[in-house]
Amino acid sequence: MISLTDFLMVSAALFCIGLYMIVSKHNAIQILIGIELMLNAAILNLVAFGKYDKIANGGQVFALFAIVLAAATTAVALAIILNVYKKYKTIDPGRINNLKD
Amino acid sequence: MSLAQALFYLMGFIVVASALFVASTKNLVRSIFMFFITLFALAGLYVLALADFVAITQVVIYVGGILVLILFAFMLSGKETLNVLQQQKSKFISLNKLPAIVLAVLFFIVMVNVIGKINAGNLGWIKQVISAKAEIKPNDEMINNIGINLMTRYLLPFEAISILLLTALVGAAHLARKEGRA
Repeated sequence: MISLTDFLMVSAALFCIGLYMIVSKHNAIQILIGIELMLNAAILNLVAFGKYDKIANGGQVFALFAIVLAAATTAVALAIILNVYKKYKTIDPGRINNLKD
Repeated sequence: MSLAQALFYLMGFIVVASALFVASTKNLVRSIFMFFITLFALAGLYVLALADFVAITQVVIYVGGILVLILFAFMLSGKETLNVLQQQKSKFISLNKLPAIVLAVLFFIVMVNVIGKINAGNLGWIKQVISAKAEIKPNDEMINNIGINLMTRYLLPFEAISILLLTALVGAAHLARKEGRA
């Protein structure tokens, strides 16, 4: 029997690693990976609590929704990254510092 | 310690260790491929939480879809990225990463405190479920139930997410088109 606290601990560690990546990286792709890690931490929590919801299946269904949301986010973010690369020839968010004109 | 528990600790260790490697390595390609391992181990954790369908979806969508997208973005913008990475090859933990590390560690300490305080196994509704023996058992089949719930109880969020997916699809295609051809 795996306790809920164990799942919450793994998820908290994952969330903090994602937070570190978002704050410290100089590369839009790695920042995106950090966001995915944080989303996965949230999904792990949903799934862990969903074990105790047999009739309504709230946790598992919303975990599925969160996965779909993550896929949509990634598609749009990658389109934006490619456009930014075409315009600035870099994907370091710190060096993208002027508006359209 | 049962087999499930041993597997849980193994999977949890793989998840956290590979995520740490993803966060710490300078090599973007290695970090993307270690992210692959993180996602697979997370799918294993979902199986151990008795959510097989979510685990399969994770493998199909994350590993099959999102990771391929990330690899595409890396390859289409890769050369410059590698140059940037070559320049900042320096100490193991450089000083400008220190605030980020402090932030993450402090946040982790706060989260651990909160998790210790709420003691999730003793929450009211979870105790109720356990005493009624109504939690999901390893030999239950939940996929029928998930399908029925998706089409009845969660129909509105399901439709909302489909509209959002369509919007994201159109938006991504619009953003990624060639300039000039309106």
